[in-house]
Amino acid sequence: MTVMVAGRAVRRGISAGRVGAVVNRNVGALRSGPAYWLVLLSGFFEPLLYLLSIGVGVGALVGMVPVGGRMVDYAVFVAPAMLAVSAMSGALAETTFNVFWKFKYAKTYDAVLATPVRPVEIALGELTWALVRCLFYTVMFLVVMVVLGLTSAGGALAAFPATALVGVAFGATGMAISTFLRGWQDFDLLTTGQFTLFLFSGTFSPVQDYPVVFEVIVTLTPLYHAVELVRGLAVGPLGWTLLVHAAYLVVMAVCGLWVASRRIEKLLLV
Amino acid sequence: MAEEPLIYARGLVKRFGEFTAVDGIDVAVERGEAFGFLGPNGAGKSSTMRMISCVSAPTAGELRILGMDPVRDGVAIRGRLGVCPQLDNLDADLSVFENLTTYARYFGLSRAEARRRAGELLEFVQLADRSAGKVEPLSGGMKRRLTIARAMVNDPEIMLLDEPTTGLDPQARHLLWERLYQLKQRGVTLVLTTHYMDEAEQLCDRLVVMDGGRIVAEGSPRELISRYSTPEVVELRFADGVDVAAKLDGVGERVDPLPDRLLVYARDGDAAVAEVHRRGLAPSSVLVRRSTLEDVFLHLTGRTLVE
Repeated sequence: MTVMVAGRAVRRGISAGRVGAVVNRNVGALRSGPAYWLVLLSGFFEPLLYLLSIGVGVGALVGMVPVGGRMVDYAVFVAPAMLAVSAMSGALAETTFNVFWKFKYAKTYDAVLATPVRPVEIALGELTWALVRCLFYTVMFLVVMVVLGLTSAGGALAAFPATALVGVAFGATGMAISTFLRGWQDFDLLTTGQFTLFLFSGTFSPVQDYPVVFEVIVTLTPLYHAVELVRGLAVGPLGWTLLVHAAYLVVMAVCGLWVASRRIEKLLLV
Repeated sequence: MAEEPLIYARGLVKRFGEFTAVDGIDVAVERGEAFGFLGPNGAGKSSTMRMISCVSAPTAGELRILGMDPVRDGVAIRGRLGVCPQLDNLDADLSVFENLTTYARYFGLSRAEARRRAGELLEFVQLADRSAGKVEPLSGGMKRRLTIARAMVNDPEIMLLDEPTTGLDPQARHLLWERLYQLKQRGVTLVLTTHYMDEAEQLCDRLVVMDGGRIVAEGSPRELISRYSTPEVVELRFADGVDVAAKLDGVGERVDPLPDRLLVYARDGDAAVAEVHRRGLAPSSVLVRRSTLEDVFLHLTGRTLVE
């Protein structure tokens, strides 16, 4: 499959060098000052604080919860969800706030499109950078999980590639969404949506405990699939349903990327 | 066989919905030329430039850049163009030097090559001392020079400059013109838009005058002036409320009354002034000057360029 995708990319003229050049711009911007680094760090601590306060703190009151027929500590249940959330937030922060700024205000992409770089290459470059940021969070988070005994080293290794898929899926979708945002006021909507997913995607309580209607709604939303996939790999149980969750995220990534590059083309190349 | 023009357009049209920005223009730019689009705001200059830059597809007509089709071969063409947009879109998150090296990477230059090029270009646009600094504190003229350096990073065959000196003070403009002249001397084909006649006269070998999306005249600045104007122009101002236009009949070749002054087009300005005085008219101010492209534009469209 990789060979097929790569083959198509070459025929359509997607250049890895130009995608790399888009990433390179963001590496350069890292040197611009401490602002980006502060944002980067705060993005790491947020899910970690939730893990400690709710997973460990509230977990002391909750006791054990069932995961796939097995009883585990509440913190073990919550930790993979927070891992999925940190992958989501890391990628989303990059492809919403930063991409929107460059797209609409800084006119960064107008300058880039005057060169051989194509819209799809901009989208791929930004997505790659969002993935780098996402993996920076998830690696650190996995280390914390292993140190606190919330997953095994093997579980962490298995969950790691899944967090990459979560990052790519949310990063691509976020980029597509940010091409539709009218201004900063729309970010309130986005933040609210993101927070709702954060609370109700089987993150803090098993979705089976919800009324059936809500359970069905939740199973249609993306973070649920991200949490189930990451939790299945980090804590268990392994099963074929994990492939369904992974497929959901792959579809999200492909659609997001396609919409984002079409929108960049439609709005900037007029 | 003569070389194909670097830029060739026939019946080129650009529409945005109902609005026609470019209404069927024919253009051919040869290698090494400095070619200008002169016209007021809204004449269709920028839309034309965006089509030539391969970032805007023509609605109708034929367009070939460097012998290629801008829609199909956009990537290959853009790799050989240098684009200096009307509004600076430098990257505020990067240093002056990084603005150039980062841009060079989009064209596929290696890291070492990008650094070498950036160093050379900062020397060329006289910004070497600002290399490590941020973009934001630069003056308007410096930013424009940096944008031009950025456009040159891929050693382009054609430089596209959209209103390169709009908004700059006279000193900054002259420095920029001098740099662009150097580029032209090196054999780079320059294509620029402007609504300043002095800029067109300074830089362009040949230009087209655009108005309402159409080309209304074409030629070298000298040709246009001799075709559509007289060698000299007398500007006369009179005290308020005195209608003197009728009394100037026959003075010079043509009289153009503007809201604040009268223009007398004459082969010999001083002779025309003498004739005005002989007729007993007493203008409050008299200025004899050489004819400019502004006069050509006024004659062709009935309007001034900068309103």
